[in-house]
Amino acid sequence: MKKQATDSVPAGPKPWYDPRVRSLFFQFIAIALVFWGGWTLVDNTLSNMQSRGISTGFGFLGETSGFGIIMSLVPYDSTMTYGRTFVVGLMNTLLVSAMGIVTATIIGFVVGVARLSSNWLVAKLALVYIEVIRNIPLLLQIFFWYFAVLGSLPSARQSLDVGGTFFLNNRGLYLPGPVTQDGFGLVWGAVIAAIVAVIGLRIWAKERQLATGAIFPTFRVGLAILVVVPVAGYFVAGAPLEWDLPELKGFNFGGGITIIPELAALWIALSLYTASFIAEIVRSGILSVSGGQTEAAKALGLPNGLTLRLVVIPQAMRVIIPPLTSQYLNLAKNSSLATAIGYPDLVAVFMGTTLNQTGQAVEVVAITMAVYLTISLSISLVMNIYNRAVAIKER
Amino acid sequence: MAEPMLKPPKIAISPVDWMRENLFSSWYNSLLTIVVGYLVVTSAWPLFSWLFFNATFLGEDSSDCTGTGACWLFISQRLNFFIYGFYPDDLQWRVDVMFLLLAVCFIPQFIERFPGRKWFGLFGLTGLPVIGYFLIPGGNFGLEEVQSSKWGGLMLTLILAYIGIIASLPIGILLALGRRSEMPIIRGICVVFIEVWRAVPLITVLFMASVMLPLFLPDGMNFEKLMRALIGITLWQSAYMAEVIRGGLQAIPRGQYEAADALGLGYWKKTGLIILPQALKMVIPGIVNTFISLFKDTTLVLIIGLFDILGTVQSTITDPAWQNVAIEGYVFVAFCFWVFCFGISRYSQNLERKLDTGHKT
Repeated sequence: MKKQATDSVPAGPKPWYDPRVRSLFFQFIAIALVFWGGWTLVDNTLSNMQSRGISTGFGFLGETSGFGIIMSLVPYDSTMTYGRTFVVGLMNTLLVSAMGIVTATIIGFVVGVARLSSNWLVAKLALVYIEVIRNIPLLLQIFFWYFAVLGSLPSARQSLDVGGTFFLNNRGLYLPGPVTQDGFGLVWGAVIAAIVAVIGLRIWAKERQLATGAIFPTFRVGLAILVVVPVAGYFVAGAPLEWDLPELKGFNFGGGITIIPELAALWIALSLYTASFIAEIVRSGILSVSGGQTEAAKALGLPNGLTLRLVVIPQAMRVIIPPLTSQYLNLAKNSSLATAIGYPDLVAVFMGTTLNQTGQAVEVVAITMAVYLTISLSISLVMNIYNRAVAIKER
Repeated sequence: MAEPMLKPPKIAISPVDWMRENLFSSWYNSLLTIVVGYLVVTSAWPLFSWLFFNATFLGEDSSDCTGTGACWLFISQRLNFFIYGFYPDDLQWRVDVMFLLLAVCFIPQFIERFPGRKWFGLFGLTGLPVIGYFLIPGGNFGLEEVQSSKWGGLMLTLILAYIGIIASLPIGILLALGRRSEMPIIRGICVVFIEVWRAVPLITVLFMASVMLPLFLPDGMNFEKLMRALIGITLWQSAYMAEVIRGGLQAIPRGQYEAADALGLGYWKKTGLIILPQALKMVIPGIVNTFISLFKDTTLVLIIGLFDILGTVQSTITDPAWQNVAIEGYVFVAFCFWVFCFGISRYSQNLERKLDTGHKT
């Protein structure tokens, strides 16, 4: 509290007018209130749980779950524990968030640049996309893709068939799955060797440019190394890769990789929705680079591509990164809408089924919230580090 | 100001010039225009014929929808349910009165020169919720009671968004002030509160409100489902609101604080008379934007079993009396949300331009 103490009174201010005493007093009250509130909640909860016969503690994580999950990245069946369902849900959440972030970024950047296109038609089309998509609730878009679009695909027997390798029906998209044979390790080795070689090349090219001024086409040569070396390794090892093709067995497909419609709908909706926000961020980022920068680059004789890469984009990124981070966070949080269409993400399997079966609301909700807190904090941590790297270095 | 002697020359652009400039400026642009134009025309034509030309607007039931277009009959026949939910037919005038008052309070906000529009807005924020509190549930003043489980549709969506914003505003202000406080413990409490709520998805908050809130409360005290959802939404929204308001507080120049101190104003007088009026005015566009995102997020309540507008549509499209009306239903809800959100966001952009007095910090 900001009451000014007057120094003219030799005895000092009365204690209740002293800002430091007041501050201590208010903080003490705040602590007391928080503790009192917390204690009341805990006390109420404990007595409520006792009267309803709900057990406490995290022991339930070791019990058998007894329910199946339609999609899991780790081996799972209904004889496994609730702890395992947690892992399955978490992996599914991370999977759809990662997929969504990648595609939303790509679509968002394309649309954001298209919005600034000198072509009137392209610019207006991007504008319509942005204004339509971002003003419609995400849940509605997920429902639209899941029930209206993917739900109207043909049944398994009438699947859309692309060359007998890709199948699309109302149970999902079926792709051939790669099965690695003996000797595939050599291919991995070749990939790692190629990456190391490209990094080495880049360092060498940079030093050479600093020393002599000669520019080495690092990007093209690096790309060639990245493609040629693993392919060579693949054939040297004797093409150790086979494809597991999906096949119609009875009423459904077996084999290969399946993208279930729940995942597809969630992925499409999350990507398109978040992309509309990213596009606006990208547009404002590019517009924030003043025209003088482009003109100066032209005056130095830089071609258009280099102007974009060396002058505009690095400066635009500084403006783009912070809001982009919060869009990534939003996407990760929005992936929890999965529960509305039955995609087995963390909220659906853990906060939904597990909570209903065990009744241990407090523990389950606490764990779920802790997970989202961790995801949010880690994404913002990583992006803050990156942001610090690209921020203006003021000397 | 004196009239300039010569008016600026009129730059007349013929449509051909315009097209050459904007559509066919290079071979690359021409190609792009042709490809994109072809795609737009080929996809827009079937879309429009489905939406309007082949659509069924008049009739009695699903058997009248035989065309290849949309079946808008489904919407018009079920409109009452989509707007009022299960609210009894003969009492719906109460909801209509609230809709009308809402319009009276907020439509003037879009009209620049409307006399006393500020007071209409203030009444909308303070008086309107009080009237609604007595009118919609009833149970007093001789009004018949309507259980909150019967509320639904557009009305419920508006109630959730409106109360969510109004209740979170004061909490958000307190949190924002707390976060900027010089007292480390109060600041710490506010930071933790804000960051935790902002980090978790709304759906977990709603789950928590619906399953954990009954556990938190003392025996015998319980809320209806709608009330629990509102508590969850308000707590969650107040964290976002706090961050928006904090932005405004930070944008106030230091001199304002110092001037208030120099006048010998205490903390609450300084905050209430000098800082908040300026900060709140500055963040109106931000508050409007959070309102838009909350408005869209209210659809999530259908997951915990409340029938908002999307919930009513979702439950009706599975009605066996109507076949294949999912897309019509979704388009209808999308259109409702789009009109609200797009309109409000345009308003907020205008406001932003008007409030931008050029001294951003």
